[in-house]
Formats: sequence, structure tokens, C-alpha cells
Amino acid sequence: MGKEIFYFLVFPGLIFSGVIGGILSWIDRKITARVQFRQGPPFFQPLYDFVKLLAKETIIPSRGSATTFVLAPVFALFGASISAVFILLPILGVETGFAGDLIVIIYLLNIPSLTFIIGALASGNPLAAVGASREMKLILSYEVPFLLVLISIIIKAGMTINLAEIIEYQAANGAFIGSLSGIIGFITIIMCIQAKLGLVPFDMAEGEGEICDGVIIESSGSILAMFKLTKYIMLFILPALITGLFMSGLSFVGINILWSILKIFAVLLLITLIRNTNPRVRIKQAMKFFWVWMNLFAIISIILAIFGL
Amino acid sequence: MGFKENCFKKSLWVFHLSAGSCNNCDIEILDLLTPRYDVERFGMKLVGSVRHADVLLVTGIVTKKTLPRVLEVYEQAPKPIVVIAVGACPCTGGIFASGYNFAGPLDKVIPVDAYIPGCPPKPEAMLAGVVKLLNKK
Repeated sequence: MGKEIFYFLVFPGLIFSGVIGGILSWIDRKITARVQFRQGPPFFQPLYDFVKLLAKETIIPSRGSATTFVLAPVFALFGASISAVFILLPILGVETGFAGDLIVIIYLLNIPSLTFIIGALASGNPLAAVGASREMKLILSYEVPFLLVLISIIIKAGMTINLAEIIEYQAANGAFIGSLSGIIGFITIIMCIQAKLGLVPFDMAEGEGEICDGVIIESSGSILAMFKLTKYIMLFILPALITGLFMSGLSFVGINILWSILKIFAVLLLITLIRNTNPRVRIKQAMKFFWVWMNLFAIISIILAIFGL
Repeated sequence: MGFKENCFKKSLWVFHLSAGSCNNCDIEILDLLTPRYDVERFGMKLVGSVRHADVLLVTGIVTKKTLPRVLEVYEQAPKPIVVIAVGACPCTGGIFASGYNFAGPLDKVIPVDAYIPGCPPKPEAMLAGVVKLLNKK
């Protein structure tokens, strides 16, 4: 029991992935600033933002459901931390997990998005409702190609749905990104991650210009701080999941530390550059993009995987 | 100076409220986000919702029409909040001080922490005003 609580609160869970995610969000902002020929924020900026938000007043909107509004960020943080545990334990090679943990991860990764929607609808703000409806449509769009890519990976790894076994298979037979179906699947999953993280070009759920931060418009103080921490954790665990699925995982032994950091940085750099070189698309365009093109890519990846390419 | 105050000073999120301005000060405020001035290196950024704001940046004269809106936005902001009046209009009324729809300078309506006069103030003046305010606290 004590080991599980330690896993959840300290090592791969809340504190560890929160700190690493904060550092990654700083890197993301710094790269954005350098792309725009600016200097960018100081290193401790995520910490300053987080502590400042904790110290501020938390306002509960008078219209709307107070209990749901307060509990939504708690469940978002819970979902992000527990999925961090399930993803990072096999990827870091601490524990092997169990048969079928990939399916549990798929479900757990949806909890933050769903609680964002519930919190937005509980705030009673019309703009938040618009943001929630967009987020809902976005989930419907990116979930199908995400699952199809996972199916292609499962076929390539010899019909196993255990994350640790997928990583072992890659360690024995070479990383999946080296094959044709792996590259196509990687492109698809990067786009799905972009939408899951709510970054440009798929940030219409919290478009600052049009619906004023959308789903988190009414959140203030500690509630906003918890949403920010959730986003930090997601910014770490989703690239980590990609490295596990396509680049044979991470490792903290010897020179492998350098490789692990480089893998995470490469995925993060890709995400940040996509976010900086694209405009925001409309929700209709995003749905068309995922349902037509990304599904097509994912199905091609599955067919190639069946033929062993 | 405690750690919390330090964090507050290092991460000011700005909500920009135009109470009835001619859009001149608003454009000068947007200048601060450009690569030439880049306020993000001090941790400042513009936010879309007043619920996230630490600084309420008011431009333009407070007209009789916008007076209830300014009050409502101030009440909706989570405390502690810093109010900065940018431009001659919210400081004194400027050339509109004798207008028929002028509802008084901003400090008659809500408590103001810093005044940055000018029509419009230069971006350097705005940065200097914020720095003076943060050093005073």
C-alpha cells in the first residue's frame, strides 16, 4: 500500500511529473519566444505562475454548480497523475505493469479532457459552454485515429497489449519509428497529441482571441493552478508515451539518460514547432482533418503493419 | 519580502480593459508584446479572462455608459489585483474632461495603484511605471 501511494504522489506520479512537466513547459515557452525573436521567460517562470495562482483568491461563480466546479480540477489532476503512474512505470522500467495496461492508459488519458468539459459546463458561463462543446467535438475527432495507431502498434509488436512488452519487443527488434508504418503512425499520433494537449492549431477549445480562454474562463486562483499543473503533467506524459510506443522507451542507466532526454526533447520540439508555425483552424476543419486524413493515415499504417513493413 | 510576494511580482498576468479609449493607448500596450520590448521575459502576459488577471490595465475615459461595466469587471477580478491607469484619459480625463458623458477620472470609481500619463504613453514609460510600482510594494 505504501509503495502505491509513493508511486502516485512522489516518483512517477504527481510531484516528479509535475516538476518535469513544468520544466518542459518552460522549454516550450522559451522555444516559442526564440522562434519569434524574443528572449522568453526565466527558468522558474512555471513555478512563479503556480505559486502565485495558489496565493490568489478563488472565486466560485454564483450561477452554476459550486461542488462540480471545485471538484473538476481535482479529478483532472487525479487523472493526469494516475495516467503518469501507468505510463511512466513501464517506460522508465521500474515495474512491468500488467497485461492490458495500454487500454487502461487510453481510458485514463481521457479523464483530464472530460473533467475540463465538466468544469466548464458547471461554471455557468456561455463562453465556457462554447469551449466545452468544441473540446467535446475535438475528443470525438482525435480519439479514433489515436486508437487506430495503437492497433497498428499492437499488430507490429506481435499482438500484445502490454506497454512493457511493446518496449521489450522494440529493444529486441529495433524501434518502430524505423519502419514505414511506424513513420506514418508517428505523424498521426503527433497530430493527436497536439489536439490532446490543446495546442495550436487545435486550441479552439480555449481560443484566447474569440472565446477568452474558453473552458477555463471562470477558473481563478487554486482551481486555475490545478488546471495548469494538469497541463504541465500532460505535457510530460504524452511525449513520454510516444517515446515508449515508437522509440523503445526511456532509461535512466548510464549513457541512456542522455538518449532519454534527447528523445523527449525531440518530440517536444516537434510539438512546439508545429504550434508556432500554424494558425488556429476552425473546429469543422479540425474534425475533417482527423476524420478524413488522419484516419486514412492510421488505416494505411495498420495495413502496412499487417504486411510487416 | 516573502516568497509569495516575489512570485506575484515575477508573474503578472494583465487584463486589458478599454473603458472608452480612442484605441491609441491599446495599440501602444500591444507594442509591449512585440520582440522589441518583450514583456514575457518579466513573466507578464496578456490574459483573455479577468478571472486570471493580476493587473487591470484601464485605458480611456470612464464614460457614463462604461462606468457600471468597469465596476463589474473590478468586482469580478480575484484579489489581490493591481489597477494601472494608462494614458491621460483615465488619469485626469484629458481633453474629454469637460465632456457631457464623462463620469470622472478612474480613481473616483475604483482604487488606482499606478498612473501612467501620456497621450499615448510610450511603451518605455509603461514599463517604467510598472517597475516603480513593483519596487514600491
